[in-house]
Amino acid sequence: MAEQEKVAEKEKMTIVVFSGELDKALAAFMIATTGASMGMEVSMFFTFWGLNILKKDKGVSGGKGFMKKMLNFMNRGGPKRLKLSKLHMFGLGTGMMKKLMQQHALLPIDEFIIVAKDLGVKMIPCSTSCGLMGLEEEDFCEGVGSMAGAAFFINEARQSKINLFI
Amino acid sequence: MKADYTIDCMGLYCPVPIIKTAQKMKELKTGEVLEVVADDKGIKQDMPAWAQTTGNEFLGAEESGGEIKVYVKKK
Repeated sequence: MAEQEKVAEKEKMTIVVFSGELDKALAAFMIATTGASMGMEVSMFFTFWGLNILKKDKGVSGGKGFMKKMLNFMNRGGPKRLKLSKLHMFGLGTGMMKKLMQQHALLPIDEFIIVAKDLGVKMIPCSTSCGLMGLEEEDFCEGVGSMAGAAFFINEARQSKINLFI
Repeated sequence: MKADYTIDCMGLYCPVPIIKTAQKMKELKTGEVLEVVADDKGIKQDMPAWAQTTGNEFLGAEESGGEIKVYVKKK
């Protein structure tokens, strides 16, 4: 019985990470790392606010021109600076949630990025969003792959058994 | 149940025990058994699901107090 159910070829999973909030990022990384641990080939495609998750923990990211600079100033991002989608309460709620996560030995997002990288999860920033927001590949954390566009995503998604939009 | 290796996942929540299991199983030889000690109740459902997907054999779970021991055999 086990023989029949065994996965012959590597199954694929694709996740679009559109949101940039702590809770949604956590869900995305939990599913991605679990999928990779179950032998799946996982691609995470980061677009729009989702790019904030991958931003390096440094000063304000680049961007040429006033509007892009303002955008990155207002929207600094970085795995340690994400907010909850609910009950952020000027940082109080998010702070408490981070404390709870720590108490329950849940990995913070910056560590999840490293685990995902080690498990071979592909983390791909969307090139159009990056262009729009003035982000370059060097603005992202280590382990983040090269930028790609929608056609790349569709081609991955087309072959995937699991497709998620978070 | 007898096991060749054991990993301690007490206090760790899903998906960390599964990630640790997957990493540890790479070191095992075919036929060897891994014991995972955890207290996240989800592991009783998660480990058989992991084994089914990866083609390994789930041997069973033992629960005493809040401690859950699950066993998987490398195929």
